[in-house]
Amino acid sequence: MAVGTMKETEKKDILILGIESSCDETAASVVRNGREVLSNVISSQIATHTVYGGVVPEIASRKHIEKINQVVREALKEASIGLKDLSAIGVTYGPGLVGPLLVGVSFAKGLSFASSVPLVGVHHIEGHIAANYIENKELEPPFPCLIVSGGHTHLVNVKDYGDFEILGRTMDDAAGEAFDKVARAIGLGYPGGPKIDAAAKAGDPEAIRFPRAKVTEHEYDFSFSGLKSAVLNYLNSCEMKNETWVQADVAASFQAAVVDVLVENSEKAILSLKAKRFAIAGGVASNSALREAIEAKCRAHGVEFYRPSPVLCTDNGAMIASAAYYEYRNGIRAGLDLNAVPNLKLGER
Amino acid sequence: MEQIFESGGDRDTFEYARLMAEKAEPGTVIALTGDLGTGKTVFTKGFAAGLGITEPVSSPTFTILQQYDGGRMPLYHFDVYRIGDVEEMEETGYEDCFYGDGVTIVEWAGQIDELLPEKTVRIRIEKDLERGTDYRRIIREDTGG
Repeated sequence: MAVGTMKETEKKDILILGIESSCDETAASVVRNGREVLSNVISSQIATHTVYGGVVPEIASRKHIEKINQVVREALKEASIGLKDLSAIGVTYGPGLVGPLLVGVSFAKGLSFASSVPLVGVHHIEGHIAANYIENKELEPPFPCLIVSGGHTHLVNVKDYGDFEILGRTMDDAAGEAFDKVARAIGLGYPGGPKIDAAAKAGDPEAIRFPRAKVTEHEYDFSFSGLKSAVLNYLNSCEMKNETWVQADVAASFQAAVVDVLVENSEKAILSLKAKRFAIAGGVASNSALREAIEAKCRAHGVEFYRPSPVLCTDNGAMIASAAYYEYRNGIRAGLDLNAVPNLKLGER
Repeated sequence: MEQIFESGGDRDTFEYARLMAEKAEPGTVIALTGDLGTGKTVFTKGFAAGLGITEPVSSPTFTILQQYDGGRMPLYHFDVYRIGDVEEMEETGYEDCFYGDGVTIVEWAGQIDELLPEKTVRIRIEKDLERGTDYRRIIREDTGG
């Protein structure tokens, strides 16, 4: 692109369409200048809309191909813009399941080719981090960020827009997954995160001392599989001894063990990086005990604490559009040979 | 024919899987079953180590499939617990894994039994609390000769 036209576009608003389809959700969003959400459409919500004349369609989960056209159309319509108004189309190209990723990537490539709007590939975790830019207009890198969800548990040093260093990650189960599995075991059902969060409020977090797993080789890494087993062993041993266990106490004690480890590693990162800001992201960032504990720790160290609202914590298109905006500003474009990369690593292209 | 291995805990399960991986051939599909907390992930970690994979093996419960390319052949690690119907499996690209150049481990394989190749290694991990909380019985059965 010529320098002259670049200057012109800098004066204009930059509108980006973000498309996300890496796991369960098909989502699309239009974001202005990286921070202002004009529309944010998620398929699980659209299914309950009355777009079919009052009939709620039964759409199987992960049937992205049946939903993407409608989701993208709705996102543009709600933002009251057309394809020609877009500066770029951002799309998640990994990590995730190859089928769902390919639906998003192929659709974005088709749109890009047909409309001559540039294409930007986005890493899913980078999107989760960017959700904080939408929620907190003043937040700028550098800052460490804890990303906790059903599929991911990462502690990342966000050095600059589009520049990441992975400090730690889970060696086995993701934090959100541990919540789901324990919720299943203690009869709380799905989704485990919010259910345990609610049940724990009535329980004693010190009733049972579950182990806090330390990964000795890498100080920032996490492990939650042993904790899950410890909870199961506790339940088993109660049953064998014909003792009763208290659901709220198990929930609270388990949650305390997860939160302790997440907070401890986060604090280590804050101190060693001498961070002035700290952010959390991902579905588990909505957990009230985690939020309160990290917020308290940040306050104690005089560190500014940031988190996205729950709708931006779960998978969504707005976070992808925001991340794409910063990649776009850095001059990064994807070609029409952009492919889905199921095991894409953060910081790699 | 069933083969039974008695594991005293995670370390034995890891080692059993590691040795199995060292002899594994491309195209092997392993259907792995066992209750929560029996050590299915530990088994897979051991198997990955046996293939020479050094990156951490994390659970695929949410992602459904994790792929590891760093070893002497690829390892495809499925957890199909969240798969609602067999049709949904197509989105995972499973055929390229089952009939590909690596080893596939499928957790909760009962959900997709009809998609498993005729020749499948079935591994079942069981607890026996009378033998202690760490004791596991690993039962292997090879089908389809």
